[in-house]
Amino acid sequence: MTALAWLIPAALALGLLGLVAFLWALRTGQFEDLDGAAYRILDDDEPPNEERDRDGSQE
Amino acid sequence: MAFAVDIDPGAAERTATGEPLERPQAKPESAVLAIENMNCGGCMRKIERVLEDAPGIASVRANLSAKRVTVAFDPQNTGTETIIQTLAEAGFRAANLAHNNLDDSNRADRDLLRRLAVAGFAAANIMLLSVSVWAGLASDMDAEIQSLFHWLSALIAIPTVAYSGQPFFRSAATALNAWRLNMDVPISLALLLATGMSLVQTMRGTEHVYFDASVSLVFFLLIGRYLDQSLRSRAKGAAQNLIGMKSGWATVVADDGTTERLPARALLPGMRVLVAAGERIFVDGVIQSGRTDIDEQLITGESVPRSAGHGDQVFAGTVCLTAPIEVKATAADNDTLLAEITRLMETAEQNKGRYVRLADKAAAFYAPVVHTLGLVTFLAWMWVGAGWEAALITAISVLIITCPCALALAVPAVQVAATSRLFNRGVIMTAADGLERLSEIDTIVFDKTGTLTKGTPELMNGDEISEETLSAAAALATKSRHPYAQAVLRAAEASGLRIVPADEVIETPGAGLTRRISGGGEERLGSADWCGVDRDPSVADDARAAASLWYRPAGGGAATAFRFVDALRADAADTVEALRSTGFGVVLLSGDQEAAVKSAAATAGIEDWFARQRPDEKIGQLKRLEAEGRCVLMVGDGLNDAPALAAAHASISPASAVEVSQIASDGIIQGLRLAPLTETIAVARRTRRMSLQNFAIAATYNAICIPLAMAGFVTPLIAAIAMSASSIVVTANALRLTTAKLKL
Repeated sequence: MTALAWLIPAALALGLLGLVAFLWALRTGQFEDLDGAAYRILDDDEPPNEERDRDGSQE
Repeated sequence: MAFAVDIDPGAAERTATGEPLERPQAKPESAVLAIENMNCGGCMRKIERVLEDAPGIASVRANLSAKRVTVAFDPQNTGTETIIQTLAEAGFRAANLAHNNLDDSNRADRDLLRRLAVAGFAAANIMLLSVSVWAGLASDMDAEIQSLFHWLSALIAIPTVAYSGQPFFRSAATALNAWRLNMDVPISLALLLATGMSLVQTMRGTEHVYFDASVSLVFFLLIGRYLDQSLRSRAKGAAQNLIGMKSGWATVVADDGTTERLPARALLPGMRVLVAAGERIFVDGVIQSGRTDIDEQLITGESVPRSAGHGDQVFAGTVCLTAPIEVKATAADNDTLLAEITRLMETAEQNKGRYVRLADKAAAFYAPVVHTLGLVTFLAWMWVGAGWEAALITAISVLIITCPCALALAVPAVQVAATSRLFNRGVIMTAADGLERLSEIDTIVFDKTGTLTKGTPELMNGDEISEETLSAAAALATKSRHPYAQAVLRAAEASGLRIVPADEVIETPGAGLTRRISGGGEERLGSADWCGVDRDPSVADDARAAASLWYRPAGGGAATAFRFVDALRADAADTVEALRSTGFGVVLLSGDQEAAVKSAAATAGIEDWFARQRPDEKIGQLKRLEAEGRCVLMVGDGLNDAPALAAAHASISPASAVEVSQIASDGIIQGLRLAPLTETIAVARRTRRMSLQNFAIAATYNAICIPLAMAGFVTPLIAAIAMSASSIVVTANALRLTTAKLKL
């Protein structure tokens, strides 16, 4: 019985964590462009925007 | 597939007044651009790079799936027109989208996905609790723990059903308001009753509680709804991109020779419009001056650009490829062929929306019967004096045991099995009710170019051309993107020649390629005129007419003719034969010239053919066939086929078809063969048969269980087992379809 007292909340919390993670991903547009994301990962020379700006200011 | 094309009359005005230069404040603005030719990761990257480096751009995000770019920019430094211009210089054809309606379908998508996620979470956790309870029945679970688990299930299930079940409740309410019955009415009722009764049982502390059943039902049904909805919003997005292609800015020449930039919506018939190389033409009209190649792929699906000059007709939506032209508008804005096609599609899709699906037909019969039986049970038990509580519980158990689990699964399970079978064989079904409509057809109407044929030219007379000539021509051809040049290159590669790309090749638009030889003289590859064949008395007239491309070596040797053919797909004749021998009518409708259509029809073995058909005439032909009592499957690929695809009872397009046509279709065939077409029809017919079988299974189960339930013999445990058993039998029956051997 004592085991259940923390097992059930733990199971529910893990499930909720997954649900929240999914809803977060949905809200931040992670599923907007599934085709494009597959190519972006291959694009290794694309610097993040800030880095690009810094490069620009050094010139 | 319901397909709403929103033509927003206010969009252009907003685009026009939304021009940033007219706005004093420096607030960043954002625009959504549809990019017609963004097809790969490379394009996406290039577009982002080009725009990031342009002045006044704050941020760029390209979306490859939607073929759109979202740009935030500083209106004082740049504007949407400048951005479109920048993209045009990089080789991308962009159009501004009024982004007021864009998010609607997206929002509906996400809403369903959220409900689906919640239902999935709840179903998994309740199942976890239920399995423990079921295991506990056989061992030593305390009554308190069992009760705790039931209460936990209730805590998860009730909010979930209330939230995730809303799409069904709403649909059922709409149907009931209109005095109709659809499948959602029995589903909603079963959901509410199963959840409500489980709650009552939990409070009373009895053993059997069905939160798991109601939540899983919501979860599985939502998966189907979501897939349906996401297909719909994809269709809507592509239609909006198409409408965007009609909007943009054009250069108009006034009578005194001055030019002015006007939005496409403001163009009027009679105006003279200057179209630069690479620009889209926004009016239907006649070329006044200039000679260019016109890319008509958006309208006709034809991959070979048409060479056009003074006096030739051009259509809105096509692209002027190689040289500037001046066009006198004969129709503008809503009177153009492009607008007409969009309109025809809209009406055709609305008509299709009236199709009543098999499951809804079944529901219209099933729901009243079941609900009457429930009521009869209640009244009968009251009448024999069982007391209202016992009477109510028996009545509810009748409704739960007739819970349309098997019925709601009967059709979707078969459809999923059929769709996955077809997917493995290269056919993607895009419309939810496509298979049902496909199963009813008895006549097949084909388009020619790109459907019966491959849609790209092939060198026909390769045997007559010496290897030396072919490799010299191919060396020149490496420098051109013209489909004929590409065909020469492919032919040379196919015959195993080593091709060294020629240097210093000059391409003259609409004419051909030329290269100076160091020893003097020049070699040419291009039209008869370009290679001087017109003035060559040694070339016979009919040979000149038959060939589309010529090669003349340096030093004035004899010219070589290259003849091309848009070959039929390898199995076109076999497919037509297979269809005709099983009793299908086969018709060929093409917008092409009579001679070309006649010869294609003869080769493919089609007797009924019609040439020079405009989009509205194609619809007219479909109506005629329909009036003769035939049920038509349309197979086509060009935008000119799109209205017919939408109007036909069912439709299929090859994967090479323009996007709008693919979306107007119920299914898409991958690859170069037509054979999947016969497979699709066979699968569709079997799908219908198996759906009916499944209904029969569900009905048999109900015929056995309902009398028992009405008599009060069915305990909740027996009900649960019977319900799952019927669902499993129906699903297992459907799965047979994935491996069954089928003949047309």
